[in-house]
Amino acid sequence: MNNIAAIFKKEFRSYFNSPIAYIFITFFLALSAWFFFRGFFIINQANMRGFFTVMPWLYLFFVPAVTMKLWAEERKLGTVEILMTLPIKDYEVVLGKYLASFALLGVTILLSLSLPIAVASLGDPDGGPIVGGYIGLLLMGAAYLSIGLFASTLTENQIISFIVGIGLCFVLLIIGEDIVLFNIGSTWLASLFSYLGLGTHFSSLLRGVLDSRDLIYYFSLIGFFLYLSTLRVQMQKVG
Amino acid sequence: MIEVNNLTKRYGPTVAVDNVSFNAKAGEVLGFLGPNGAGKTTTMRVLTCYLSADEGNATVDGYDVFDQSVEVRKRIGYLPESAPLYTDMGVIDYLKFIAQVRDIPKSQRQQRTKEVIDVCGLDSVIQKDVGELSKGYRQRLGLAQSLIHDPPILILDEPTSGLDPNQIIEIRNLIKEIGKEKMIIFSTHILPEVSATCSRILIISNGKIVANGSPESLADRAKGGEVVDITIRGPADEIESKLQDLNFVSEFNRVDTVDGLFSYRIASEKGRNAAEELFQFVVQNGWSLTELRQESVSLEDVFRELTGGSVNKEVAA
Repeated sequence: MNNIAAIFKKEFRSYFNSPIAYIFITFFLALSAWFFFRGFFIINQANMRGFFTVMPWLYLFFVPAVTMKLWAEERKLGTVEILMTLPIKDYEVVLGKYLASFALLGVTILLSLSLPIAVASLGDPDGGPIVGGYIGLLLMGAAYLSIGLFASTLTENQIISFIVGIGLCFVLLIIGEDIVLFNIGSTWLASLFSYLGLGTHFSSLLRGVLDSRDLIYYFSLIGFFLYLSTLRVQMQKVG
Repeated sequence: MIEVNNLTKRYGPTVAVDNVSFNAKAGEVLGFLGPNGAGKTTTMRVLTCYLSADEGNATVDGYDVFDQSVEVRKRIGYLPESAPLYTDMGVIDYLKFIAQVRDIPKSQRQQRTKEVIDVCGLDSVIQKDVGELSKGYRQRLGLAQSLIHDPPILILDEPTSGLDPNQIIEIRNLIKEIGKEKMIIFSTHILPEVSATCSRILIISNGKIVANGSPESLADRAKGGEVVDITIRGPADEIESKLQDLNFVSEFNRVDTVDGLFSYRIASEKGRNAAEELFQFVVQNGWSLTELRQESVSLEDVFRELTGGSVNKEVAA
């Protein structure tokens, strides 16, 4: 626990010691506010549907940017050699780094709460979908982060890490999209793809229903990619 | 304290460490000497649990580096080559981070941090970010990082590379000072460094240990005949023909001629006191002697002889 906390603290501070956190938060909020207000007054309804539906796509480019440096930079700087020779278990490092990236995303999402507050002051929105949507944003974000973290263990180049992260998230996102599902002949494959799609469960949370299947999906996805990251870190010892 | 048995590490077809065995006891300062790519870094990385090995085993303080790696890591302070540090952290923050992961109790962290700052001479830079530090200070911070938990074993990979001569001497003195209490393994390809600091030297070449002993015993190994530089004023022809006749001179070369002064480098046969005999020789012939110097055989010769001057590709630099 102490080790995870130490790694977490170091990584979280490093986001804020560099311009990364500020740039990330500013641009993420600016873009999400733009997507929110673009449709808000035209539709003239007090809900956040338009905002939430665009979020999986906004995440696609923003979230891998948070995780891309986590391992790639360590390897580039060579600091991984000190890090991995400290008396600390591989999974503790992975978890510490992961939680730090999640904290940064959490802070950002917290700051975006000004949007639902604006909605509530302008009308009388249905709370369920908004609460569900925000829970979905956290869970889906956490899933993206775990994928991005794994991408970062694959290379010492941050740009490659970023693009591979986008690519992996993109594939997992589109397999649940209708246009892909319609073109798959077999129904069981389509339902499998739909289940695996990153956005599918987000849409279901957007209805304002907290279904355990969605939670299980996100948690197993996160667990799976964190496990892969740990394996990957261990593999590097073989040289 | 450290025992390495038949360790082998391969990178694809390249054998970086080839069946290496050695051991080291507490209180020793052990120098790994070898050309670039000889396997020094790889050996250290296995000992510090950064890399696994393909064959063989190693124990540190009785703990296996593969199966009980956390225990091993607790007992080792490690400074990798060129001191990789987080450039976006403050010096103090960095040391605090290491102290926390090193499990130093909260109440002692402040004090330990202060101690290593003192020992490594970091006082003037504690306000700075790591990224602003010069190479010399980074190296010191790297050393401070490796010392913070007061480990019984210190492993330093080329601690003086890239430093200026003053810094090199400072780091060397620091190593000597620390070596009084701890076991230190450090690597270098600079020869005077090991004779200045080590109690024992391992010469590594092409992944194998080719020599293992104290600096003196290794220098003794290289002692064959002596080499004497001599400058004589006299008739060159006569000098050279008489040199030819001397039974202990195995080879001589004229290296310089200045205003009737002739300089020679003379190699003598083993077991003869060449310098003294040459002095007598010059005196007996009534010439005058302006220079007579015995070249000392050094570790350098051992090193060249054992490593065959081979420089192969740096494996896992």
